[in-house]
Amino acid sequence: MRRGRLTTWLIAATLVVAAAGPAPATAAPTRASFTEIEQDVMCIACHEPLAVAQSPEAFSERAYIRTLIAKGMTKQQIEKQLVVQYGPAILAKPPAHGFNLLIYVLPPVLLIIAVVGLAITIPKWRRRSRAAEPLPAGPELDPDEARRLDEDLARHP
Amino acid sequence: MRRFLIPGVIAVTAVAVLALLTFGVSQQTDASSIDARVADGKFPLAPSAHVSLPILGSSASKTLADYRGKVVVLNVFASWCQPCAGEAPLLAREQQTLAKSGGTMLGVTYLDNSSASEQFAHRFHITYPVLRDVSGSFVRSFGTTGVPETFVINRAGRIQALQREPVTEQWLRRTLPPILAERS
Repeated sequence: MRRGRLTTWLIAATLVVAAAGPAPATAAPTRASFTEIEQDVMCIACHEPLAVAQSPEAFSERAYIRTLIAKGMTKQQIEKQLVVQYGPAILAKPPAHGFNLLIYVLPPVLLIIAVVGLAITIPKWRRRSRAAEPLPAGPELDPDEARRLDEDLARHP
Repeated sequence: MRRFLIPGVIAVTAVAVLALLTFGVSQQTDASSIDARVADGKFPLAPSAHVSLPILGSSASKTLADYRGKVVVLNVFASWCQPCAGEAPLLAREQQTLAKSGGTMLGVTYLDNSSASEQFAHRFHITYPVLRDVSGSFVRSFGTTGVPETFVINRAGRIQALQREPVTEQWLRRTLPPILAERS
């Protein structure tokens, strides 16, 4: 029993070490991919993602990115350098701080408000509709009118 | 109290959205207002005069206010802009004349990386100072949305003339002498 538990622990420990992957010191930095960067940055003058922009500014940005890739910089380093050169507006996804934080915070907050609003309102509406009194019945038909109604209905099957 | 919860939340959201829109609109500079004032002879003060911008090829920075007392021909350009390359030799030559008359050309780069701007300056023998507007907020305050654009700022720091297209020799000859002649 004790031996079995020890074996389980050993297997678990081996799996954890294997999942952690090679030590960071030995990991080679990934070379940046031009296509990947192009999708994450903007052509500022043309207000379009660089990947689709065809303006002179876009060509200039692309040339600059290629020189940075040639220097062996990583994607993160290149994006940082692009911000230094062109400002934060170059990033397709603005950094999550300052006023830009609203872009990330506002949609989930609005969604939560909407969901809470519906969660409060819908049960109230249901309670109200259940509690609503049935419509009062009309006056009784006299025998003459009842007979005429039956005749009319019989005529139109 | 509960009755006011939903309308309250809706009202707060509406106010927040309106505030956001107002903020966004207030950040826009209307180019036509500067142009109209210049055309009417009501020369507006050059905006963002105290904003410090890095000098191209240097670790130092300068503000537009540092040039107060001089006539400044502020040229917004980018190395990737063909019309900018077209007017660059003319502006480089103009600097020689301006320097003798108490004026200076001042370049401001627009959405350009520093190495490309430096190559551009070297290629066209630009000897006048060039500032880098990295965030773009400086040129936006002039209503700039494209390049090249040129603003003539008089000795009092007011925009006295502007050209939202490439400048020509004729435009410079017609515009600069009277502004340079003013001693305020």
